Amino acid sequence: MRRSVSIAGLAAALVLGIELWGTGQKGSVTSAQGRMSTMEVKIDNFSFGPATLTVPVGTTVTWTNRDDIPHTVVSTDDPKAFKSKVLDTDEKFSFTFSKPGTFPYFCSVHPKMTGKVIVQ
Amino acid sequence: MSEKKNDELLHDHNHDGIDRRGFLKCMAWAGTGAFCVMKGGVLNSYSLGRMSEINTADMMGELSFVQISDSHMGFNKPANPDVAGTLRAAVDKINGLAAAPEFMLHTGDISHLSKPEEFDTVEQILKGAKPKDVFYVPGEHDVLNDDGKQFLERYGKGSKGAGWYSFEKKGVHFIGLVNVMNLKAGGLGTLGHDQLEWLEDDVKHLKKSTPIVVFAHIPLWSVYPEWGWGTEDSAQALAYLKKFGSVTVLNGHIHQTMQKVEGNVTFHTAASTAFPQPQPGKADSPGPMKVPAEQLRRVLGFTDVNYVQGQHALAVVDSSLA
Repeated sequence: MRRSVSIAGLAAALVLGIELWGTGQKGSVTSAQGRMSTMEVKIDNFSFGPATLTVPVGTTVTWTNRDDIPHTVVSTDDPKAFKSKVLDTDEKFSFTFSKPGTFPYFCSVHPKMTGKVIVQ
Repeated sequence: MSEKKNDELLHDHNHDGIDRRGFLKCMAWAGTGAFCVMKGGVLNSYSLGRMSEINTADMMGELSFVQISDSHMGFNKPANPDVAGTLRAAVDKINGLAAAPEFMLHTGDISHLSKPEEFDTVEQILKGAKPKDVFYVPGEHDVLNDDGKQFLERYGKGSKGAGWYSFEKKGVHFIGLVNVMNLKAGGLGTLGHDQLEWLEDDVKHLKKSTPIVVFAHIPLWSVYPEWGWGTEDSAQALAYLKKFGSVTVLNGHIHQTMQKVEGNVTFHTAASTAFPQPQPGKADSPGPMKVPAEQLRRVLGFTDVNYVQGQHALAVVDSSLA
């Protein structure tokens, strides 16, 4: 009994996964699949991880500062596509990418820290 | 000091005021607590343990001042949950110096997060110091969120641009520079065109014999570019200072003492009063270095600078808070 439930659950998850994957492929990501369109960048040891992140249009990227030192997340485009306030330890910044393109950014406090988000 | 000690170095074979052998020995000691004195064009180095043997007259001159740096008020993590306490300890040490300094330079990162209460706390603590005048330049932590507006309102009276300025004290020309604004992705500290033009103009009328002291937050020499420890356009600034016989460059930012002599220019970085940072490349990142509590005050400190008229260079002395 226990076994069949878990198989049913697994099957349901698989079906859901395929459906989501299918809609993503068609480029019709809607707010209904919001959970899928969130990505994380972690700030550790004075670097962005991953330094290059590729996401579909509509994705919200959240940066989390895990260093003991404050950092920022600032677009290097002119005009700036996004700019965070200073993030102290464990503080977060989110930005939703609604247009395709390559979005380079850096930490304006420690400019050696650079990264980019590629939106497809 | 009645007699010469064995480890006191007096070599100046090139007659250029730079004792290279002595300087190397100084460098070797820098991490373990030594201090170096330039006097009469000769560099003397002493181990910290012998400090009490040194005649205070050796340390005195026409002008004495202190550099403090990187107080990072608001920082509250390991290795120092009490940066106010260590700044107070620095003030106590400064008040105990044999040759009372006339004023203080603060080379930036006064605050940790540019919060008004952080600046207020530092000002309050520094009021307890014997020298009443404090000359500030901003660190990158002092200009967060508002492009330095608050810093200028507090400390920028009479300054130009983002807060640069110069002043004279007893024949020494002091220049405070700002290299933490408009930083470019992938780059280092920046002075920028406007400030460089101002600097060229500022020193144009000065005699070559005028001793120059430049102070700025990020080092004006390439300490370790991989960690951003340098300034993009510092070479241009130094080119304007080439004609002068004595140039002393005082920086902070790297939370450790380091010295370099290049021609007539002596570069020096001060310790932080808040927390130490690793030696260049000796850690994954330049983040705060965690040390056992009982060792903390040995790696924090301030810098005492003395000028004796007619002598080649200023005496730069580092003191720990231990």
